[in-house]
Amino acid sequence: MRFAIQINEGPYTHQASDTAYQFTKAALEKGHEIFRVFFYHDGVNNGTRYTVPPQDDRNLQKLWSELAEKYKLDLVVCIAAAQRRGILDANEAKRQGKDGDNIAPGFRISGLGQLIEAGIQADRLIVFGD
Amino acid sequence: MSDEQAKKKFFYLNRKAPYGTIYALESLEVVLIGAAFEQDVSLAFVDDGVFQLMDNQDAAGTGMKGFSKIYRALGDYEVRKLYVEKESLETRGLSIEDLMPITYEDENEDYAEKPSIILVGKSELAKIIADQDVVMSF
Repeated sequence: MRFAIQINEGPYTHQASDTAYQFTKAALEKGHEIFRVFFYHDGVNNGTRYTVPPQDDRNLQKLWSELAEKYKLDLVVCIAAAQRRGILDANEAKRQGKDGDNIAPGFRISGLGQLIEAGIQADRLIVFGD
Repeated sequence: MSDEQAKKKFFYLNRKAPYGTIYALESLEVVLIGAAFEQDVSLAFVDDGVFQLMDNQDAAGTGMKGFSKIYRALGDYEVRKLYVEKESLETRGLSIEDLMPITYEDENEDYAEKPSIILVGKSELAKIIADQDVVMSF
């Protein structure tokens, strides 16, 4: 089956990203396709590479980046939600006159159209949130 | 494949009050962008989500930008089905008279203005949701 995943909450405060990660990983291991993972609302905070959780805790950003690399996942951070919350890639940082970017490896910033397209293209869109 | 066959039923479930969190505003942003994709769109308002449609909202004291006018413009985006759950209204001491008059123009009836808000009971709403292709909850 072809899934699309939407994540509406940031890491650690909510379980949404953990559950979404575990679902996505399990689906891929079972041979299903993940069309796209779309990060919305505070979910965009999963995509900053400046996250430094304690060493004995999971690093969700790293887990997502590694999963993306292994399975060539499309991890998309919503641009409007990202701008409100200070998540920038190099292009956006330059365009907005900021002194650095923080997007994590394997993530890209794009528009809400990518979420709608995922809903159209996937057999199931699954929302992980509060 | 014809356009009609390609259409999916998109359903936006709004559960939160408008200004305490950003869910309502960012849900509207998805609805507005999604309108360009010409899918079959409906919205539903349950729990504190019914407060999103309250008439005479004034967000000035919150320091946030009021966005309640956008709901009244949804008809222009071909978004014409706004389901409101009866039980959620009643629990909060509200009735449909407390909500904004939201309408759309029906091109099949000489652009007559018709109400977009549809009151439904919990069990009826469950059936409507079961019939959707894509359900996003906010």
